[in-house]
Amino acid sequence: MSNDKNPISTVDQIPQTTPSFKGGVEPVGRVNETADSLINGPCFETKMERISDHEMLLNMGPQHPSTHGVLRVVLQLDGEVVTKAVPDLGYLHRGVEKLAEHRNYSQFIILTDRDDYLCAMLNNWAYCLAVEKLMKVEIPGRADYLRVISGELNRIASHLLFIGTFGIDIGAFTPFLYAFGREREMILDLFEQLCGARITYNYVRIGGVSNDLPDGWVEKAKSFIVHMRECLKEYDDLLSYNPIFMDRTKGVGVLSKEKAIAYGITGPNLRASGVNLDLRLQAPYGVYSKFSFDPVVRTNGDCWDRYMVRRDEIAQSCQILDQALGDLPAGDIMGKVPKANLRPPVGESYAQLEGARGWLGVYLVSDGTANPYRLHVRAPSFVNLAVLQETLTGWKVADVVAILGSIDIVLGEVDR
Amino acid sequence: MARGPWAVTGPWTPSQTPDALRKRYTRSLFFLAVLLFPLIGAMIWLGEHPFRVVENLFVFSNRVAGWVGISIPAWHLTVISAAMPLLFVLGLIQVAPIFMVWWEMKIAAHIQVRLGPMWVGRWHGVLQTVADGIKLLLKEDIVPIGADRVLHFLAPVVAVAPAFVCFAPIPFGRPGLTPVPLDTGVLLVMGFSGLSVIGLLMAGWGSNSKYSALGGLRAAAQAVSYEIPRVIALLPVVMWAGTLSLGGMVQAQSGMWHGVVPRWFLFYPVVGQISFIIYLIASIAETNRTPFDLAEAESELTSGFHTEYSGMKWAMFFMAEYAYMFLACALGAVLFLGGGAPLHPALSFLPSYFWFFGKTLFMVFLFIWIRWTYPRMRVDHLMEFCWKFLIPWGLFNVVLAGLFILMRSR
Repeated sequence: MSNDKNPISTVDQIPQTTPSFKGGVEPVGRVNETADSLINGPCFETKMERISDHEMLLNMGPQHPSTHGVLRVVLQLDGEVVTKAVPDLGYLHRGVEKLAEHRNYSQFIILTDRDDYLCAMLNNWAYCLAVEKLMKVEIPGRADYLRVISGELNRIASHLLFIGTFGIDIGAFTPFLYAFGREREMILDLFEQLCGARITYNYVRIGGVSNDLPDGWVEKAKSFIVHMRECLKEYDDLLSYNPIFMDRTKGVGVLSKEKAIAYGITGPNLRASGVNLDLRLQAPYGVYSKFSFDPVVRTNGDCWDRYMVRRDEIAQSCQILDQALGDLPAGDIMGKVPKANLRPPVGESYAQLEGARGWLGVYLVSDGTANPYRLHVRAPSFVNLAVLQETLTGWKVADVVAILGSIDIVLGEVDR
Repeated sequence: MARGPWAVTGPWTPSQTPDALRKRYTRSLFFLAVLLFPLIGAMIWLGEHPFRVVENLFVFSNRVAGWVGISIPAWHLTVISAAMPLLFVLGLIQVAPIFMVWWEMKIAAHIQVRLGPMWVGRWHGVLQTVADGIKLLLKEDIVPIGADRVLHFLAPVVAVAPAFVCFAPIPFGRPGLTPVPLDTGVLLVMGFSGLSVIGLLMAGWGSNSKYSALGGLRAAAQAVSYEIPRVIALLPVVMWAGTLSLGGMVQAQSGMWHGVVPRWFLFYPVVGQISFIIYLIASIAETNRTPFDLAEAESELTSGFHTEYSGMKWAMFFMAEYAYMFLACALGAVLFLGGGAPLHPALSFLPSYFWFFGKTLFMVFLFIWIRWTYPRMRVDHLMEFCWKFLIPWGLFNVVLAGLFILMRSR
């Protein structure tokens, strides 16, 4: 070393990383030699000795254009056919549930926004439902309606993003810019007027909502619904009934009714497998019992059905929005909740609602102080993701992307 | 009703309603017409002159040399007149992708309710691709650890080089505007355009990346398969024109059928249309574009065979892709749309290169339109489509063409 202060002074003193594919056993990262984990190995390439010579391991993610965030899936491939798939989670773990124990009850709402950032309204709502259940608060009617309106709009926004990104996964780029860049923008504009934010809303508060509707908002929302219904036809022409798209998705990644129930799948994925289970219909919360809307169920459980369920749910949400915007009552938007020093009584509560991806539940334990004692989020994406390992086996690399896309996960919610 | 802090009153901004879009596009088309008017005017005024100017340049330079008192040896002129068309091809391959990429960016943008590049070059981002090219030239060239350095270096060269040869026998207008008039033009183009897949395979293997390897293998399988329907689709044209020379084909297709329909092979009943559709599909597959872009399959293989390429090497792959696309379109224009032949003899005041480039750009537009409309096929569907659909129909078409030609000759 010529220079003591800077140990690396020339280029050839930079430590060279040993390429792992040469069969080197140099540990990179964690060392975990448990039998099952292909994925936790020091460097999974060395495990290639264990798989047969005509197979290879493909590391898909965490930096990959279609793993929808930072999911990592290690694929064992025979040619292009997947013989084994191991998902690896945790790249976006932020310890939200632990953070809750150091925030007071109202402060935590902003963290729920970050869980499932594609339908933050519903996350706010689920958490507030749990707190309200604990505190036994009465919510004014108008606030309940506003929650339904914002929630359903957000569900549409979330499904629009799904339609766009699923199109990209299949290789169609244009629907993405229609759904994501045009219609979803309109919803975000509406939300911006409603609460000032476009992604992380913090709109639903304990006991009500934060802001009332600005002038002209209802008309604007109604005009959006009209536009949305027209656009659904456009998506059908461009994507839903496109022969190549149907070829790619029909019969691919079939999830049977029994398997879906066994894995605890909820939401659109479950309804695509032929189970008519929607919390808004079967166990209505808020004011959903006042609206009449058709259930969306498909029977095949393949990627196309999962896509179509979401496409139909946009129409269903429009149906609900029509009614909710039509008979929106006047009144207060906040119930009688202490503004500061919110201390729910000792106890526990669990509240769940139909999120855009399934049952979104929040379990809350209170010890009577200003902070939750324990909080757990039942994230639908996380539960739905469990089925991936079994579903991927036997399909091709191109189908991996289709199946993963059709399950519609949000990594922010999976890892929390 | 309460007024929120972020309230914006008034109706929805109707910037993207169908009505507003229609209005905007009508206006754009008007402006485009205004812009194209002087260009087409200049073409009419010049006629076939641009190429005559080149021819006359030699005569002129000889005369100048005579004045000065130097004698130019005759072989100099031979060399120059042989080199000029080749330099033209060389220049075209470099310039065509620059224009086509911009064109694709703009068309794709407008298909996708965007505007595309609007800044570089001031007018609708005309210089965007030039800026991109400069950027790519200046970018770092990265060779991954463990890559086969020789293959990694040679792959883009092998991919792009055959394109230069392929343009030689293409008539860029009337048959006289062929850089190298060959009697077996079709054969040469088909033969050399099939070579570039070796470059993709080399890139796939040489990059030491699994995504690249999968992409390279997909590209090879696809190119080998789709070469067949593509050639089969050309057979009826060759049979009908009775020549393999591309200039001869343009000649065979000039004129009118019964004075109504242009004598282009596309309008040959049944056979022409089937041929054209098969050729179009197979060409899209050959050039690795959506719905057949399995070799790069962005959502599956990150970037396929060129995942590990950067800077100018990547740009060469890109150039190869667009050069082949331009080639496929030019060939399609020559074989099915009559090359430099005008739509009607009354329109022959427009020079032949106008018709040639117009038709080629129309084909390019078809390619772009299809690319931004369809999703990607799966690898096994792709093979099935080729072997079970395109090839049988292509063969049937050849038989049909044979019958038609036989009937007419009787």
